Amino acid sequence: MKISIASGKGGTGKTTIATSLALSLRNCQFLDCDVEEPNAHIFLKPKFHTTRKVLVNVPLIDNTKCTNCGICSDACEFNALVQLPDHVIFFADLCMSCNACKILCPENAISMIKKEIGELKIGNAKENTLFVNGLLRIGSPRAIPIISAVKDCIDDSKVVILDAPPGNSCPVIETISDTDFCLLVTEPTPFGLWDLKIAVEVAKKLALPTGVIINRYGFGYEEPIEEYCKDENIPILMKIPFDRSIAEAYSEGIPLASHDTEWQKKFRDLYAKIQELVK
Amino acid sequence: MFKQLTVISGKGGTGKTTLTASFAYLTQGKAIFADADVDAPDLHLILHPTIISEEELYISKKAVRDEEKCVKCNKCGEVCEFNAISAYDLNHFKCEGCGLCVRICPEKALSMKPILSAKIFESQTRFGPFVHAEMTIGEGTSGRIVDQIRQKARKIAETKKLNFVIVDGSPGIGCPVIASITGVDLACIIVEPTLSGIHDLERIFGVAQHFKVKSVVCINKFDLNITNTNNIIRFCRKNNITVVGKIPFNEIVPKSIIQGKSTFELEENPVSKEIISIWKNIQTELHD
Repeated sequence: MKISIASGKGGTGKTTIATSLALSLRNCQFLDCDVEEPNAHIFLKPKFHTTRKVLVNVPLIDNTKCTNCGICSDACEFNALVQLPDHVIFFADLCMSCNACKILCPENAISMIKKEIGELKIGNAKENTLFVNGLLRIGSPRAIPIISAVKDCIDDSKVVILDAPPGNSCPVIETISDTDFCLLVTEPTPFGLWDLKIAVEVAKKLALPTGVIINRYGFGYEEPIEEYCKDENIPILMKIPFDRSIAEAYSEGIPLASHDTEWQKKFRDLYAKIQELVK
Repeated sequence: MFKQLTVISGKGGTGKTTLTASFAYLTQGKAIFADADVDAPDLHLILHPTIISEEELYISKKAVRDEEKCVKCNKCGEVCEFNAISAYDLNHFKCEGCGLCVRICPEKALSMKPILSAKIFESQTRFGPFVHAEMTIGEGTSGRIVDQIRQKARKIAETKKLNFVIVDGSPGIGCPVIASITGVDLACIIVEPTLSGIHDLERIFGVAQHFKVKSVVCINKFDLNITNTNNIIRFCRKNNITVVGKIPFNEIVPKSIIQGKSTFELEENPVSKEIISIWKNIQTELHD
């Protein structure tokens, strides 16, 4: 079972819920797919035993073979290669590693070399959780290959929890694709509702079953969210009250399920509901 | 000439939009606002724009196949680095639009189709002009959409002789964030005093430094955890970053969002009072 946790809007409580679910279920595999700003390790405190570089292919042009024909820069849809009269300039940050330049070069002047864009860290966390975390290198724009490398570690024999980044574009799609269920976390404000609607549409396009968790319940905008979920036929699986003590515990890196252990049963019930819905 | 400011945070949900909306109130008529959080845009829910013009952006392309011409040779599948295509399968979401399959197909069965990535709007609001976008669901390229939004905002700022371009950024440190800060005069990093917030501040500050963008820090909900707030201040001091202000944890913020207003349009409150001084400090930094 692979459960992804996404939200559209940032800071609605994805990591709080993902880490609490892992602690309550035990023996899970936890994948922190927010490779731009990963935070789950702060809550699950893993001991890392392996660090692996995430490498992508980028072209290296052999100037002794290059005839400056311009085919490579012409083929590059990402403007990473620019043909000048007597040489080609390469902008590594624009390269998507598609290999088009190498394959299309008539002189075989291009070979692919490895470039590091981030790293993977693998370890063991509380409650026998297998923990994987990806880290995008500062200044690199390419989160997708890192998320993909994190997902390559999936252990199908476990319940796998994938903590997604905020937003609704490529990094989120990469994270939630091919998961069995997508939990959408929202907060009862117009911001929360607007971004939830976009997230629901993304999940629909990917044909993913979804359920909603309303965090900070009590802000005063619960009704529009509940009505929307009812209209869309999306189950509301959990409500977490707005409570300053939860926010304070969060600020110290204490997950909800440890701050108040009563929540562990609620998270196990949540998992049971998800199992029913996936059937 | 106008000054450009982008509000960013690293971590999501720390108060970027609330702060930007308050700046909108304070700079009425002197600034243009742009929502660069194209993934999850929310600023319009406070500014309530009236759309003046709309532009369709076709910035990415995806492979499409003419099944009648295809002979299932799978040459496309052999070269695709994104596992997006094979003789019997074509996954629109995985396609990055590199076009290699189109160039390699011996039967000319493939072509590239331009995709509507987003609609960009120029709007009028009670606080001044506003540029925002609506991304097509499931289509990526948010970095390039941000480029277009900023370009449009700058043009309007020039024509209308405005003093500021103020951009509401997105969370994270990846391509849309980079696109929202390159070449700006100042990045205002809004951070909350949580361990996650501090962790993410260090990374987003690293990105600003990497792209040589001057940054300042604003601490939101500072009284939620005073120890962490002090640690943020220490981090800023060590790295020579000005702390422009500390906003208290206050229910006026969700209340203002629910009413669709800036914090200034509700009863007198400590959040707005602090933001007045933050805006003063930011102006000083912008003109430094």
